[in-house]
Amino acid sequence: MATPAQVAKRRTDIGPPHYEKFLPPVIRENYGKWKYHETPSPGVLVHVSESGARLFSVRAATPRLMSIETLRLFASLADEFSGGYLRFTSRNNVEFLLSDGDKVEGLVARLRQEGYPVGGTGPGITNIVHTQGWVHCHSAASDASGVVKSLMDALFPHFERMDLPAKVRVAFACCLNMCGAVHCSDIAVLAVHRKPPKIDHGRVPKTCEIPSTVAACPTGAVRPAMVEGKQSVSVIEDQCMFCGNCFTVCPSMTMADPENDGISIWVGGKVSNARHEPMFSKLAIPYLPNNPPRWPEVVGAVGNLVDVYARNARPFERMGEWIERIGWSRFFKLTGIEFTKYHIDDFRHAGESFRRSTHIRQSPEG
Amino acid sequence: MSDRKTPLLDELETGPWPSFVREIKKSAKSPMARDLLGVLERSYAEKRGHWKHGGLVGVKGYGGGVIGRYNDLPEEFPDVAEFHTVRVNQPSGWFYTSEALRTLCDIWEQHGSGLTNMHGSTGDIVFLGTKTTELEPIFSKLTEAGFDLGGSGSDLRTPSCCAGPSRCEWACYDTLAFVYDITQSFQDELHRPAFPYKFKIKASGCPNDCVASVARADMSVIGTWRDEIRIDQAAVREYAREGKLDIQRDVAARCPTRCIEYDGSTLTVDDPNCVKCMHCINAMPKALSPGVDRGATILVGAKAPIIEGALLSSVLVPFVKMEAPYDDIKELLNAIWELWSEHGKNRERIGEFIQRIGLGNFLEQIGLDPVPEMVTQPRTNPYIYYDLN
Repeated sequence: MATPAQVAKRRTDIGPPHYEKFLPPVIRENYGKWKYHETPSPGVLVHVSESGARLFSVRAATPRLMSIETLRLFASLADEFSGGYLRFTSRNNVEFLLSDGDKVEGLVARLRQEGYPVGGTGPGITNIVHTQGWVHCHSAASDASGVVKSLMDALFPHFERMDLPAKVRVAFACCLNMCGAVHCSDIAVLAVHRKPPKIDHGRVPKTCEIPSTVAACPTGAVRPAMVEGKQSVSVIEDQCMFCGNCFTVCPSMTMADPENDGISIWVGGKVSNARHEPMFSKLAIPYLPNNPPRWPEVVGAVGNLVDVYARNARPFERMGEWIERIGWSRFFKLTGIEFTKYHIDDFRHAGESFRRSTHIRQSPEG
Repeated sequence: MSDRKTPLLDELETGPWPSFVREIKKSAKSPMARDLLGVLERSYAEKRGHWKHGGLVGVKGYGGGVIGRYNDLPEEFPDVAEFHTVRVNQPSGWFYTSEALRTLCDIWEQHGSGLTNMHGSTGDIVFLGTKTTELEPIFSKLTEAGFDLGGSGSDLRTPSCCAGPSRCEWACYDTLAFVYDITQSFQDELHRPAFPYKFKIKASGCPNDCVASVARADMSVIGTWRDEIRIDQAAVREYAREGKLDIQRDVAARCPTRCIEYDGSTLTVDDPNCVKCMHCINAMPKALSPGVDRGATILVGAKAPIIEGALLSSVLVPFVKMEAPYDDIKELLNAIWELWSEHGKNRERIGEFIQRIGLGNFLEQIGLDPVPEMVTQPRTNPYIYYDLN
């Protein structure tokens, strides 16, 4: 038991530290007074204040999963180049915040040398937001970090160069829970299960609450059942679309299936309001095999999407805006992706995506 | 453990992108990091994960902040038999000093695997992998250093925001101050899960929405303005002279409401028709900027697919001035939470709840009047629940 003195000492509910103490002087002095910004080279932003003061942000790649040794390296680089000030971005890049423009070049070189290349600004491809995968998650249908590493190795020229019509936001999620905004990305890479849960009837009574397990199923496929005299559940397999929600509440309904788990690819989503309203990503490829350690099929498919987009989209057109302009039939033709019955929605409100007009881009070639 | 071979993972150490495998190896003086590498290699060989559901682990007095994680091969990988995640509430805008970062590293070196995520999807600093016995020591050292845990489970998840006015000319309100204020104001809701399901709040300073709030926050607070876009015509002419941008094609023609006219030297905006999309401002940051009558649009209900399908947030309050102490928003949050806590089903997000009971009924219950900004168009079906009582 803790003594009263120890109890009194315990601090709770203090919340995060106040951000102000982590802001460099140039930001504190120009907070809310920024006038415009420029991107003199990929990965380097210059913000200019109404006062004329300038802030240089140097953005470098990180693998998100980082050792404290790397964080200490970043701390040392911040001490050497940016007065000890740095931040991280919403897409897991690190940014060093410099008030001295003369130090930018040296920092960029050092970061490259240490293996954390600079880039990720403007019309290109920045870091892939992603989930935990096999590193830490119980419901993962694939690893996350390995797919992301393989993809970014291949897409790397677009990280270092701002050479695309617009930004292409790529995101990865290792199951349909989609930790993060995967479903509104230019290219969403989503690991999927494709077989119904395997029920361990011996463990269900000990590990699962039957009513909440039944209620967890969006399609009503999970039913209470007596199996060998014990309370358990059964699954109407035709009704299962492999979302894994039952597994989330009932650990004895496992989804992992090395043979059949794999990866789907979705395109054309965005979250920004610029030009077009935010939109969901739509299915491009229903299934590619899980092929660690380098996932060549996934890397090839994403590379193809980026290449076809880069060749055909107009300046400022995001993937989804480009596809809307040319139509989905031409998208499938240009990318060489096969259109299948899986592309046609058959969940709730499915009819909303049926074409109910003759607005078709007809072509003599068929 | 250290002589364990990892031929599959080793292949991920090559290539230009920084390698997470190298990161795990950098932490290899921790037995936990070594066993993580071992179990991950096994997953790569078998194409399946080896983590079990979380158990109920945490720190005293909190229900959230720690994700329990256990390995299903504890005999082979004893050092990751328990491998819990600790979520640490990040500072607004993810700003740090080298000193603060080192403090966090020192705590994590002593009490965990030495592996982190900077940051997790919701925005927290993620300490990846520790044992149950280390949780209280970690918590006491964190709080001593001025840090606290973030949210998990059916609670208010750690709010997060973009860089806002700290580093962006487009910030229409102070996202950092707002997120700090609501995080401090709702500490109980954040640490002690009492909602039907998770509730996320994300704050973006402008409609570019750099924290993707419209896609993943139960409440999305997105900066906007009501008056005219400010135009510096001299700077417009400078863009024209530079010639990198075709102002007619790339700016005027890309305006979603066609409210921009450009006659070759002067650019004008039909402001009442401007939907504040940001495109022209993004394209010509030196010439155009948001107006000065600034605030935010509040939207609710975004979520990923589980359970009833993915949703984007939808408009609840078309415009609100964003001034401390943000009483309007706090009242709104309390009204929403009270209704949802009483009538929401277990694991039903607020977006799904609103769809189930109807947005009209939801508005009535929380005391907001319906306005046309909330919909893209009025209903087209005549199945109206006329309410004559």
